[in-house]
Amino acid sequence: MKSYEEINRKIESKKAVVLTAEEIIDYVDKKGLDKAAEEVDVVTTASFGPMCSSGCFLNFGHSKPKIRMTEAWIQDVGAYTGIAAVDVYLGATQLRHNDPANMSYPGDFAYGGGHVIEDLIAGKELQLFALSYGTDEYPLREIRSYFTINDLNQAIMVNPRNCYQNYNVAINCSDKPIYTYLGLLKPNMKNLTYCSAGQLSPLLNDPFYTTIGVGTRVWLAGAQGHVYAEGTQHAPSSQRNDLGVPMEGAGTLALTGDMKKMNPRFVRGLSLKGYGVSLSIGVGIPIPILNKEILKQTTIRDQDIFAPVIDYSHDYPQKTGKVLCHVNYSDLKKGEVDILGKQVAVSSLSSYYTAREIAELLKDEIKRGEFTVTQPISYLPREQSFKSLNIREKQNGH
Amino acid sequence: MVTKKFMLYFPKSETEKPIIYHLVKDYNLIINIFRAKITPEEEGFLVIDVTGEQENIDKAMVFLSGFDVQINTRKKGLIYDSTKCTHCGNCLSHCPTQALFIENHQTMEVIFRENLCIECLACVKNCPYNACSSLF
Repeated sequence: MKSYEEINRKIESKKAVVLTAEEIIDYVDKKGLDKAAEEVDVVTTASFGPMCSSGCFLNFGHSKPKIRMTEAWIQDVGAYTGIAAVDVYLGATQLRHNDPANMSYPGDFAYGGGHVIEDLIAGKELQLFALSYGTDEYPLREIRSYFTINDLNQAIMVNPRNCYQNYNVAINCSDKPIYTYLGLLKPNMKNLTYCSAGQLSPLLNDPFYTTIGVGTRVWLAGAQGHVYAEGTQHAPSSQRNDLGVPMEGAGTLALTGDMKKMNPRFVRGLSLKGYGVSLSIGVGIPIPILNKEILKQTTIRDQDIFAPVIDYSHDYPQKTGKVLCHVNYSDLKKGEVDILGKQVAVSSLSSYYTAREIAELLKDEIKRGEFTVTQPISYLPREQSFKSLNIREKQNGH
Repeated sequence: MVTKKFMLYFPKSETEKPIIYHLVKDYNLIINIFRAKITPEEEGFLVIDVTGEQENIDKAMVFLSGFDVQINTRKKGLIYDSTKCTHCGNCLSHCPTQALFIENHQTMEVIFRENLCIECLACVKNCPYNACSSLF
C-alpha cells in the first residue's frame, strides 16, 4: 500500500519506478504481483485517435475601437460567439464556410475546425473575421485581422468526451460502400475499423475509475491538463467481462488543457471522406500504483479486451442494438480477423504507435520529476447507463 | 530481363506523339501502365513498369530523350509523407498490395514499401491526415 504523497515524494526525488501499461504486463509476469506492487510507483497509459468532441475557447483581447463579436470565422471556419465579448468557441467538427459537405457525395471535407486547431497549435498565422451589430460601448461592426496563438490571451482546449473506455468495431454488411466516422467500409464485410489503444488505453487500465477521476492531472498533447468532469455519454453500467473490462464504450472523460503548451505533433486535424472533419488528440494518463489490485488492472492484455462488432450500414444508424460478435484487440492487431466465419481485413483509426510514444514520453516526464500524480477531488460515477433521445409528443400542455 | 519503374512527364508539345508505341514496337519492351493522366492544361503524366533487356531499356531511354519528355526514375506519382503519417492504420485494409504495411506488430508502425505501390490511390482517398497524396 502506498499513498499519493509517498509516490509524489519519490517522483520529486527522481526515484520513482515508472513503466508503461505495455511494459508492466511482462514485468508482473516475471516479478509476481506482490513484489511488483511494492516496486512500481506509476504505470503510464495513453491513446491517440479522433476525439470529435474537441474544441477550444479563445480570447482575442480588445481591438481599438472595441467590438462585441456576434459572428466570427477563423480561416473561414465558423466559431461560436454566444459568450462574452471577444471570447469564441471553436469546435473540431465545424465545417469551413461554403464547404459543399455531402452535396457531392462523398464529400472531401478538406479543412475544418480540427485543422484550425492543429494550425493554431503549430503556430501558424490565421485569419480572424468577425461581425457585430454594434453597441454603444462596442461600436465596431466588422473586423478582419491576422493572429497566431501567441497573440491570444487564452487558448484553452476542452474535450467533453475523450478517452472512450472501449469502442465499437465498425463493419458494413450491405452491398454498397458506406462512409463513416470510422472511415470507408467496403460492402459485404470486406473490411472493418476499430478505434482503441487496447492494453495501453487509460480507462481500460483502470476499469472501475479507482485512480482516474475529476481533478486527475493528464498529459494532453504535451501540456499538463486535467480531467474536469465525467465525459459526456459516460455509461459505466455496461456489459463487462470476468476481469471487469467493458465489452462496449462505457466510461468517458472530459479533459481540458492549455493549448499554448501543446505539441502540434499530437494535435492533428482529420478529414473523413463522406463524414466530415475531426481532431485527433494524444492523451497520456498516469496510474499511481497504490495497491496490488490497482496494479493487477494495469496488466490487462489486448487478448482479454473485447470490442463489439457492429453493422454500420443498418444496426448502428437504426439503433437496433444488435452486436454481430465480439473480437479482441490482439486478433484485430494481426491485420485480419475472423468475423462470422469470414476473414476480414482490418483498419484502425486509433494509433497504437503514437499511443506507445506518448506512454514513453509521460514515463520520462514522471521519471524526471516533472509530472506528479493527483488524487481525484471527486470520483467518476461507477453506475450509470446511457439514455436515449425519445421522439415524442409534447406532454405538458402549459 | 529486368523491370524498371518510371514516371514520365509529357509537356503539352509532346502529348500527341505515339511515343509509348515505339517503346513496344522498336525496343521490344513490355509496358505495364500503373497510371496515366492528361491534365486540363494538356500535360501528360505516365507511371509505368518497363520490362525487357537492359540494353533495350537503355536504348529506349536514349530514344525518349530525343523528345521533351522528362524521365523520372526516382520520383513517383504517389507521395507518402512520413511526417504527416500518424500510423493509425486506416490505410491498411484499402491498400491492395500491402505497400502500406505493419511489419512489427509490437510497435504497430505503418511502413510504406514503395516498390509494391501500384498507385491505385486508395490511400489518397482514405488517409484522414493527407499523408498520402498524388503528384498529379
